[in-house]
Amino acid sequence: MRVKFTVNGEERTADDVWEGESLLYVLRERLGLPGAKNACEQGECGSCTVYLDDTPVCACLVAAGQVQDREVRTVEGLGSEEELDPVQQAFIERGAVQCGFCTPGLIVAAHDLIRRNPCPKDAEIREALAGNLCRCTGYEKIIDAVHTAAAHSRGEATS
Amino acid sequence: MDFIRPTSLAEALRAKAEVPEAVPIAGGTDVMVELNFDRRRPPALLDLNAVGEIAKWSEVDGRIRLGAAVPYVRVIDELGDRLPGLAMAARTVGSPQIRNRGTVGGNLAAASPAGDSHPPLLASDAVVEVASVRGTRTIPITEFYLGVKRSALEPDELITAVLLPPADGPQQFSKVGTRNAMVIAVCSFAVALHPASGTVGTGLGSAAPTPRRAPEAEDYIAGELSALWQSPAPLADSVLRRFGELVGAAAQPIDDVRGSAAYRRHALAVLARRTLGWAWHDYCEGRVTACA
Amino acid sequence: MTQMTRTSNPPLTTPITGGVGESPLRPDGALKVRGEFAYSSDLWADNMLWGVTLRTPHPYARIRSIDVGPALALPGVYAALTHEDVPGQNAYGLEHIDQPVLAVDVVRYQGEAVAIVAADHPETARRAAAAIVVDYEVLEPVDNAETAIFGEGVPKLHEGGNLVRYVPILFGDQDATAEVVVSGTYEVGMQDQAFLGPESGMAVPAEDGGVDLYVATQWLHVDQQQIAPALNLPQDKVRITLAGVGGAFGAREDLSMQVHACMLALHTNKPVKMVYTREESFFGHVHRHPAVMHYEHGADRDGKLVYVRAKMFLDGGAYASSTGAVVANAATLGVGPYNVPNVKIEGWGAYTNNPPCGAMRGFGAVQACFAYESQMDKLAEAIGVDPVEIRLRNALSEGSVMPTGQLVDSAAPVRELMERVRDKPMPPARTSEVDIRTMPGGASNTTHGEGVVRGVGYGVGIKNICFSEGFDDYSTARVRLEVIGGEPVAMVHTAAVEVGQGLVTLQAQIARTELGVQRVTIQPADTSVGSAGSTSASRQSYVTGGAVQSACAAVRAEVFDLARERFGVSDLALEGGKVVSASRGVLADLSDVLGDRAVEHTREYRHRPSFPIDPLTGQGNAHVQYGFAAHRAVVDVDVDLGLVRVVELACAQDVGKAMNPDAVIGQIQGGSAQGLGLAVMEEIQLSGAKIRNPSFTDYLIPTILDMPPMTIDVLELADPNAPYGLRGVGEPPTISSTPAIVAAIRDATKLALKRIPVRPEHITGT
Repeated sequence: MRVKFTVNGEERTADDVWEGESLLYVLRERLGLPGAKNACEQGECGSCTVYLDDTPVCACLVAAGQVQDREVRTVEGLGSEEELDPVQQAFIERGAVQCGFCTPGLIVAAHDLIRRNPCPKDAEIREALAGNLCRCTGYEKIIDAVHTAAAHSRGEATS
Repeated sequence: MDFIRPTSLAEALRAKAEVPEAVPIAGGTDVMVELNFDRRRPPALLDLNAVGEIAKWSEVDGRIRLGAAVPYVRVIDELGDRLPGLAMAARTVGSPQIRNRGTVGGNLAAASPAGDSHPPLLASDAVVEVASVRGTRTIPITEFYLGVKRSALEPDELITAVLLPPADGPQQFSKVGTRNAMVIAVCSFAVALHPASGTVGTGLGSAAPTPRRAPEAEDYIAGELSALWQSPAPLADSVLRRFGELVGAAAQPIDDVRGSAAYRRHALAVLARRTLGWAWHDYCEGRVTACA
Repeated sequence: MTQMTRTSNPPLTTPITGGVGESPLRPDGALKVRGEFAYSSDLWADNMLWGVTLRTPHPYARIRSIDVGPALALPGVYAALTHEDVPGQNAYGLEHIDQPVLAVDVVRYQGEAVAIVAADHPETARRAAAAIVVDYEVLEPVDNAETAIFGEGVPKLHEGGNLVRYVPILFGDQDATAEVVVSGTYEVGMQDQAFLGPESGMAVPAEDGGVDLYVATQWLHVDQQQIAPALNLPQDKVRITLAGVGGAFGAREDLSMQVHACMLALHTNKPVKMVYTREESFFGHVHRHPAVMHYEHGADRDGKLVYVRAKMFLDGGAYASSTGAVVANAATLGVGPYNVPNVKIEGWGAYTNNPPCGAMRGFGAVQACFAYESQMDKLAEAIGVDPVEIRLRNALSEGSVMPTGQLVDSAAPVRELMERVRDKPMPPARTSEVDIRTMPGGASNTTHGEGVVRGVGYGVGIKNICFSEGFDDYSTARVRLEVIGGEPVAMVHTAAVEVGQGLVTLQAQIARTELGVQRVTIQPADTSVGSAGSTSASRQSYVTGGAVQSACAAVRAEVFDLARERFGVSDLALEGGKVVSASRGVLADLSDVLGDRAVEHTREYRHRPSFPIDPLTGQGNAHVQYGFAAHRAVVDVDVDLGLVRVVELACAQDVGKAMNPDAVIGQIQGGSAQGLGLAVMEEIQLSGAKIRNPSFTDYLIPTILDMPPMTIDVLELADPNAPYGLRGVGEPPTISSTPAIVAAIRDATKLALKRIPVRPEHITGT
């Protein structure tokens, strides 16, 4: 089947999509957007988190056909060519990236958290990011990065 | 495989009548896992995302009519005061991403004994509204679950809504998992106090082939509380424990990869006694909505 | 930076930033946060096919026949291959070449590869694999390590029998007696590395008849050495380039899809991509060895150890992988970081029909540490002293002798590590205000404080750093210095695998420090340069770090030759992009001295040799370096439900030299989290040698709500034998966090808890 939807502000069409394919497969294998990662295919790890109509979802659990005429934003759509999004910048600065496989999903989830809650407390960060597994960092630096990104987004300088 | 994308309920029901083996998909949080893991290859997927009628909730004749495709996040954000037990259960479903997509209708359709919505639906005497081209009917929640992943839904039917009364007393939900977030229930329990009728509703999850209530425990505690509704006083520990024991006794759990049958029975007793204690405490304090 | 000599002058150079001892940002960070970093599962090529593996559902069975006909009949299918199509030697392995590329007449574990398929879409490939007909004669699996070796009438799973390796360690008086004796049997479940990026890669057939493989692995050259004979190709026709690695932790040390993808690519003459699903990943790599360990500790009335005796059985599963080395680690490190005059340890590694086990962070030391630390707590209780005190009284130190007879000849600050974690302020007591997110059970609302008991526990561990037992353990680095765009730039090329730990950052830091240049380019790791050895055993900073340092030194020496010729002075240094003389100050810009010349050198670096252990006594200088870490764990346990919340972890570790302090902290935090997982939730559950939980729904790893805040002390006590004095960092924190957490749970529950992971049932007794 053919699926047409908007990705990162651009209208895209995928042809010959098998009906059982996920949005994740279409993004990664058909549209050249491998930022969202495939790590569990059952919604347990959050590595494939993308915005679907402005709501963070696991792209592995959205059937390709379900995004027809809808809007998807992936990690590639955050920030710009010239400038990283504050969340992206904070993840690098705070050492929240090791292997980085969980990073794109975490960045979308953290980006969404900061939009909704500009000043998240530790417990709120933990609850909001509980669906994103990381095997490398032990999460501490991820929490640091979210605080830093939130401060940046509020226009505060951080050390 | 076909992909059917109806834009109205009528259209969806026609499609389901034509291809009863079509698998409805809304949040996709169960269906897509089965597809991704090569467990299931249905002839068609029936996408319900564009069926507006089932994606909203309303108050009808004193009951909440919760559309089958309303995601958990909206239950938490919008119905926490009216359906506190269900909202608490919704908060324990998977991750935020899952709660943004997953629905109570999907939980019902999957009819897994571990589904998080079932215990609060049981405790509140919910009614499942189902529809087909033949018409609409309602199924009392206790008659909905028939076996492991089997329900009273006919092949040509779709779940359209759940109907349940707004809380008339404190409600609680509690679930055991072996980590502090994102777990499938080892077992779960919901309790709802109904001061108006002087009754207490219960719901047990991951405790038997189907979600179930604990009628003996309900009868016992209703008896104990009968004199207390009007002049609330703390419950004796022995009463809470007896309630817990009866809940544990109502379970018919199995040993599986997530926990032993003996543990489940034990844990259900603990959950029952604790949640009843919290709910009753809230009642004594004059609170309808529990805070966790 | 080196101080200049004449104090009256202003600074002579602008110091470069991001050298050794600093924490510059990762060079791959921007790519990773943008989603543009190319992991092995992100590769793509024109006309690419998808490879899929057919695996056996049976742990032990004879294969009567395989029919790939039905697969080939499906449209879109390009190849369906079996053992008959393996071009060369149908066997590979790290220590023993005992594992078939594709099963021939027998399968020895559930999930063993039987056939492979290439098709134009993954779904087509899956349907084709499912269509292959395999006729099995199902056999009764051997699923217990001790029975496999000592049981009667147990089938021999391999020609030589079911013993992979026996390691005895005999030290001092074998018949020593003691006034206080404690004993116990301890069990460790099978842990999975659970990296997030499943096994994947792409093989591209080359015009010369060879193949180019892009893959996530831990050791490019050992892959090449195993792949080439299987493909019947000379090694130089199997060219491997590292693709982005989504975590490793030991699980990529063995081959997974490498040979399969190459076979399909060579057979179809098309690029072939293979990506394991999460479920397949549980069958596609080795796991941490489950262990059963019987321990007896004897001590005097003051708690000074007199002897340790132990028997340990490690289940290697169906193929050897690195079982021999894992058993040797468990045995040689089996008494822990303590002085013990008399030791008898026996370790066995067995073949069974369970999933193959091999390398995982901690590598044998994890299992032993859980046992010996449990014993130390038991001893403390028997003596009547606290758990820290018993460890202090027996603490290993520099100058101590290990049970292998090996002298501990550099810092071993076990005492200081213990004292540091002990002296950390305790986290605040729980308040009456209830936030369920901080409670045992977390968001699931299981307690508002009911049944919650706090406990505190300690653990300290020891790990060998680098490969041991006489292994020729080396790394190779090529460093090139040239002027690009008017600026001196160093290029570092190694085959060392970045798995996330930050080795690419570190290589650049070393080049900056050694060559005084700001800009450093790290070339992609591939087999066009010599072997770097494995990214494992906490060894890459040491060995590849040493190789980069040594290649830089060779480059620097050549630059000095040029400078000497031109300026006639020999007291030279490279600083801030300039050639500097100690006596005359800045001589010239490095770019001027280099001109259009590129100075390039390749160097191999070997750490000091280690030696085999005596097979009868276990005596020998087996290890290169020891690493130590200690943890204090504070937990809240809901004793009624058996649920655990780790409240805080304190860790102290000696790293010799913190080459990149932020990365060191990241390793300690991440390693501790994996230890937490083993303590309370992570286990591949087996039943009749079959995996019951091959998914992230039922194999649980810690979430952000499970991992507590940590306080960390990093000691830097230089090891004079190691580059920059560094000590391997990655593994020690995984080792000691587990026993510390279990000790804390014991403290809260007063239960013996002899098995990890601790399950709720163990606490509630149901």
